[in-house]
Amino acid sequence: MLILIAALLSGLIFGLGLILSGMTDPAKVLAFLDVAGSWDPSLALVMLGAISIGFLAFRAAKQRGQTLLSAPLHLPVSHTIDRRLILGSLLFGAGWGLAGLCPGPSLVLAASGHSGAIIFMMAMLLGMIIFDRLEKYRQAVSKPNDRQQKNIGRE
Amino acid sequence: MIDWQSFTPVSAFTGGMIIGLATALLLLVAGRIAGISGIVGGLIELRKGDLAWRAAFVIGLLLAPWLWRWLGELPPVHVETSYAMLALAGLAVGVGTRYGSGCTSGHGVCGLSRLSPRSVVATISFMAMGMCVVYIIRHSLS
Repeated sequence: MLILIAALLSGLIFGLGLILSGMTDPAKVLAFLDVAGSWDPSLALVMLGAISIGFLAFRAAKQRGQTLLSAPLHLPVSHTIDRRLILGSLLFGAGWGLAGLCPGPSLVLAASGHSGAIIFMMAMLLGMIIFDRLEKYRQAVSKPNDRQQKNIGRE
Repeated sequence: MIDWQSFTPVSAFTGGMIIGLATALLLLVAGRIAGISGIVGGLIELRKGDLAWRAAFVIGLLLAPWLWRWLGELPPVHVETSYAMLALAGLAVGVGTRYGSGCTSGHGVCGLSRLSPRSVVATISFMAMGMCVVYIIRHSLS
């Protein structure tokens, strides 16, 4: 229960921070990405502010090795820089540059009733569903192959 | 050239620190990374036993503009992108963030905070691509 309250509060505080920082205005995000035009560096300061707190939080979490409720931490385990990471990030960047919206601000802006953001959010959710289906299909197809390869290895 | 008229360093940095606090809260109490695309993606996957905290976080995020509006007025928003382009962009962001395992919050804030080399590469990739796309739209097509 405590975890749910923390998650709800975290989402709420996250959203308020996004609104205060100005990042729910796509024009402000695009002005950051427009380095060759009249450049607005605000987004860099948003990240700097967030990372300055985040850095301390992650260091404290790693030192403790568990949460304040003595539960395990769920941190990413992958360390490989692969094609998925880079191609996915490039595709995300292309969409970000087209609209000036990324997932967090798009949800906040859509919740405030902005029609453009609602369209963006619906398309984003559709994209995530498409990815999920493709991923499950890929895993279903590749599993028998993995088994075959393992058998070959054993022989 | 820096646009000093639009630059809002104080609210940007303060807002950023508040985002950092939200990240710290989720990490230290729930042990989770505050990456929006990952949290929403997990809801879509419908992984059993892992949905409640994700739903709670998203509900909190969606309540934020309502709480803000209850206390005052939401800041103005400027969108000049067409609906068709917004839909295309949303699709790219949806697939891209899931394929690349993160977005501005997961890689850009949490990943850089924990000095993850993967997130450094991801953040450079999406920022560079975003800048390229804006350059093409604003300075080479028009």
